[in-house]
Amino acid sequence: MSRILEKKQLSETVFLMRLEAPLIARERQAGQFIILQLCEDFGERIPLTVADADPEEGSITIIFQAVGKTTKQMAAMEVGEEIAALVGPLGSPTHIENFGTVVCVGGGIGVAPLHPIAQAMKAAGNKVIIIMGARNKDLMILEDEMRAIADELIICTDDGSQGRKCLVTEPLKELCEQDPKPDLAVAIGPPIMMKFCAETTRPYEVHTQVSLNTIMVDGTGMCGGCRVTVGDETKFVCVDGPEFDGHLVDFDNMITRLNSYKKQESEAHNCKIGLKAGEEA
Amino acid sequence: MTYIPAEKLAEDAIQTLEELNARTEPLKPKDRMAIPAQEMPSQDPAVRRSNMEEVALGYTPEQAKLEAERCLQCKTAPCIAGCPVAIDIPGFIQAIADGNNQKAADILKKDTLLPAVCGRVCPQETQCQAPCTVGKVLKSVDKAVNIGRLERYIADWEREQGLIETPAVKPETGKKVGIIGTGPAGLTVAADIRREGHSVVLFEAFHKPGGVMVYGIPEFRLPKAIVQKEIDALTEMGCELKPNFVIGRTRKIQALLDEDGFDALFIGTGAGLPRFMNIEGENLVGVYSANEYLTRSNLMRAYDKARADTPIFDSEKVAVLGGGNVAMDAARTAVRLGAKEVHLIYRRTEVEMPARVEEVGHAKEEGVIFHLLENPKRILADERGWVRGIECLRYELGEPDDSGRRRPVAIEGSEFEIDLDTVIVAIGNDSNPLIRQTTPGLETNRWGNIVADENGKSSIDRIYAGGDIVLGAATVILAMGEGRKAAAAMNEMLADS
Repeated sequence: MSRILEKKQLSETVFLMRLEAPLIARERQAGQFIILQLCEDFGERIPLTVADADPEEGSITIIFQAVGKTTKQMAAMEVGEEIAALVGPLGSPTHIENFGTVVCVGGGIGVAPLHPIAQAMKAAGNKVIIIMGARNKDLMILEDEMRAIADELIICTDDGSQGRKCLVTEPLKELCEQDPKPDLAVAIGPPIMMKFCAETTRPYEVHTQVSLNTIMVDGTGMCGGCRVTVGDETKFVCVDGPEFDGHLVDFDNMITRLNSYKKQESEAHNCKIGLKAGEEA
Repeated sequence: MTYIPAEKLAEDAIQTLEELNARTEPLKPKDRMAIPAQEMPSQDPAVRRSNMEEVALGYTPEQAKLEAERCLQCKTAPCIAGCPVAIDIPGFIQAIADGNNQKAADILKKDTLLPAVCGRVCPQETQCQAPCTVGKVLKSVDKAVNIGRLERYIADWEREQGLIETPAVKPETGKKVGIIGTGPAGLTVAADIRREGHSVVLFEAFHKPGGVMVYGIPEFRLPKAIVQKEIDALTEMGCELKPNFVIGRTRKIQALLDEDGFDALFIGTGAGLPRFMNIEGENLVGVYSANEYLTRSNLMRAYDKARADTPIFDSEKVAVLGGGNVAMDAARTAVRLGAKEVHLIYRRTEVEMPARVEEVGHAKEEGVIFHLLENPKRILADERGWVRGIECLRYELGEPDDSGRRRPVAIEGSEFEIDLDTVIVAIGNDSNPLIRQTTPGLETNRWGNIVADENGKSSIDRIYAGGDIVLGAATVILAMGEGRKAAAAMNEMLADS
């Protein structure tokens, strides 16, 4: 059980929640995630990244987009209500050291998990350049928080409503062309964005770390549902990741696997949405 | 195997027992061996294909009495040597024959904590029933005394009568023990240690306790209520349960010992890392590990499509790769979820199958199509990257390998295809890396299993381990046996410290 301490709507479909989770707050490190569930008998287990944590208060902050059954239900929950099951921190923490110059690229809601990583990279002495992208101005999240960390902040939107009108790959390419080029790139966002970030940096041989968010059940290595192809090997995102070398990840296979339950999800959507609580489809 | 309705089995037993009771002189061994071995009554295959309820219904009192009378009460009791926890088998069977079920229950409880579970899931035909004299004389292990079914009968009788008492707990010692994992090994250790008056905290990574008995073994083979009863007994004894708690992540082993005041720890995390075949196409959409498929259906209740949020494929044609109990569970789950065709592909023959004979029989009755001496070569994709079929090779048996089983050898050029939309890989588990990776100094072998001595003690003081994390993937009873040994050693260590 984990109580909701704060809830904030960041955009039409994106919400921030601060949750009571003293054990997770104490142990979690940048790059890790949690799994939560709203009903222990029939709820699904969904992985969500941790945007921030306060060990003193014993709380973690999650940011999620209300797109599936559980996240939509969460969006309707209020402060004081409880999340039935919360487990973590899961996954291996990000490897943090002073690499030199690190470019952090965040797309849409991917800025949330990128935030603690950028923070830790900065604290380790890196020069941190942040590229944030979203479809439009309204979907841009954590701008102030990222600005506070960044040595340089580049904002881009697809429609030009804020910052540059371009995809995040454009400024990323420019940075790679500079001399000296960045020592490391960290890209987190929609799979297609991470794929193209990796393609952008590949010719420049800038090591590019991506953080994958795949379908999971247990999150401890037990089910293997999260597996991805990395180089010649099959890796489990939950225990071997969630971060991998973006140049080796088979994104096309990953994207296909992410769509495994599209049919079932749209059925759930058709038959359950619009009904009053307790009403059967 | 032809299906005999439960009612017919019950009637036959009543009649046979009447004939037996009408006899005046005592039964000779010859007479006992003439009593027909009692079949397990089960749900009609045509009906059970579409429900999740338990398949095996358990003996009637008359069947239990008859089966108990088949036991010769051998002085040498080879059955006891075949039992990993050395239950006094002739003793409890004699009590059933004498009509004293309570005595039978008391004898069982001396050596096993989970008789209702083990009676259902133990591979008796390779353990206690393998050396049974009755089976030997009748030249078939199928004719051995059905010890497992009798064990289940007594455990169910006691539970249904509401006679199970919470075990007594000695006065509090002030010592605290952490148990990591709530599967058969963990539950056993928890009970044995709590009895001595030490406080016990059970850590479980999932939201519900029970380990493989809850996420893996389906309801139709082991009802969840039975496992829950065992867990309730532990909480009534005063054991504390912490679900949603991943040791190695939520808290590290060393912190439990150094900062959280635990005097000893038992690691019973199981073999939770599914093995794949490393063949082409294994990451296509529609390929599951058996762990994932079963967890979705069992723990997450995906079979209850109207209520569960967790999805599972609406498969039409399924192949399950493997020949163990998990493979049978997955195949039979697929049948119940509505698959029209379920193929089970195993590269050896039925004799080498590690699954319980009863489960193999049940799977066949339910229409699972067995492909023996066949093995997949690659999984075939459609244009979307989803499974469309599997390409297999036929095999023949060659020379015996290290395990003593004849090695299957591929027949060149024997490739053929099966059209499918789902593939479930059930070829075993490797050891889960979480604790190993986060506990410096904990010695593991080259398969990643924790190295433990004969008392379950690991390379680190005060840390013990047992079950599949030490043995590699094995059985409930072996995990329990290991747990009992470790618990005894831990109790001794705690008493001395």
